[in-house]
Amino acid sequence: MTVSLFFQHLANGISLGALYALIAIGYTMVYGILRLINFAHGDIVMVAAYVAFYGAAMYALPWWLAFPLAILLTAGLGMIIERAAYRPLRGVPRIQLFTSAVAVSFLLENLGIVVFSGRPKAFPRPAFLDKPLHVGDVIIISYTPVAVAVALILFGGLLYIVHRTKVGMAMRALSKDIETTGLMGVDTDRVIMIAFAIGSALAAAGGILLAIKFPQINPLMGVVPGLKAFIAAVLGGIGNITGAMIGGFLLGIAEIMIVAFFPQLAGYRDAFAYTILIALLLFRPTGLMGEVEPEKA
Amino acid sequence: MLEVRNLHVHYGGIHALHGISLRVPDGQIVALLGANGAGKSTTLRTIMGLVKPSAGEITLNGQSLLGLRPYEVVRRGIAMVPEGRKVFVNLTVAENLRLGAYARNDPQQIEHDLHDIYALFPRLAERQTQRAGTLSGGEQQMLALGRALMSRPHVLMIDEPSLGLAPVLAEGVFRKLQELNDAGQTILLIEQNARAGLSIADYAYILETGDVVLEGPAQELAQMDAVRQSYLGVR
Repeated sequence: MTVSLFFQHLANGISLGALYALIAIGYTMVYGILRLINFAHGDIVMVAAYVAFYGAAMYALPWWLAFPLAILLTAGLGMIIERAAYRPLRGVPRIQLFTSAVAVSFLLENLGIVVFSGRPKAFPRPAFLDKPLHVGDVIIISYTPVAVAVALILFGGLLYIVHRTKVGMAMRALSKDIETTGLMGVDTDRVIMIAFAIGSALAAAGGILLAIKFPQINPLMGVVPGLKAFIAAVLGGIGNITGAMIGGFLLGIAEIMIVAFFPQLAGYRDAFAYTILIALLLFRPTGLMGEVEPEKA
Repeated sequence: MLEVRNLHVHYGGIHALHGISLRVPDGQIVALLGANGAGKSTTLRTIMGLVKPSAGEITLNGQSLLGLRPYEVVRRGIAMVPEGRKVFVNLTVAENLRLGAYARNDPQQIEHDLHDIYALFPRLAERQTQRAGTLSGGEQQMLALGRALMSRPHVLMIDEPSLGLAPVLAEGVFRKLQELNDAGQTILLIEQNARAGLSIADYAYILETGDVVLEGPAQELAQMDAVRQSYLGVR
């Protein structure tokens, strides 16, 4: 493999990883606070892609309006899901919360089939993302740096919120002890809802990038990227936001590289991510940056 | 004044509080004493809105607190230092204190109060950028106390401040409570250690399995034979 080809793959891996990382953060934030794997998170990715599709293709909105609008509406959807499916189950055994998450996932997928139809739709790719860029010998399309830049800007904003604002401080406190956080005068339900909104907004950005990268959208398109983003979150150490970002990029790069170096294994591309998950659970269940902590009820 | 009237609490099938009544007048330290399981913590948790009572009334300055969620109770002017301190180990000392002021909207006054807390607990000032998890038990108790004070509570409630602390450290905590009270802070204190509780309280209630069995000025209770034998270990 030539050096330029290697960098070509690396760029490809990074842009795929940016997408996994964006989706992974929602898993890790919700897990960090509620100890819940939000199975519906991948389907939120799908809804975002459709909302962006309807905005851009049906209502002919310019992309710079349609995409942010889709992100906002998806954040709202995340809040509604939290309010309707998870908040009423605060304090019940966690298995019921998990069951509710699976139910929401099935609901979104099947609603998607009914409302959007099961037939794949062509996603309108903004033309400026298809320009070839020459970096030395390497040719990448303009989508790659844009995707990475979008992800990095959003990560910066997220880290700022979590570490520099009052509501972020409350989120970090919540992840250790919800009841005591309430005793500080924090409206915990409101902060949990904000966390869902942020996680869903980032997943929406991931969903739109996904729809641009693979411009055919269907109601089950969120399932596999959702699973992989979940694996990225576990890889980084679930509950750890920086870990989810790193895990996302690592998984994206590793997935592309395995196909690049072993083309005969290309068919096992998805299996590779699951192999990583199994190996992690066996040898390092806390992931790269996770801490061991006692289970919380 | 914080007032609890005829409070009943049921946990599942268990009748945990059998209609207790108590008053915490402004400027006083009131102690709630009794053995493990007597209902002391349940009383505080019910006042905070963490537990729903099945009957009774809780008022602060005449306004009912029933049905409020914990954060709303805090905003009405009650702060609680929970049993076991429960500092946020992943946050710094300064962040823990600022979180205590979460409901407030007067940034300048918050900074001012932060300085007051550091003056009251110099150890916390030295460690403001450290994570609370690195503090010793005694320091964590100081942090939990300072954190609760940051909400500028009308009534400060403390659940077992001496729990798990060496006697000399526990004594330090009681001294701080006395100081705060001298400065006008109203305090409702829960203690298993009746001797320590009675020594700083103005008035005390003794709970047994969900009932107030004795109440009176702390100094009088400390002289009563029944109290001395059952709670102070004097024969």
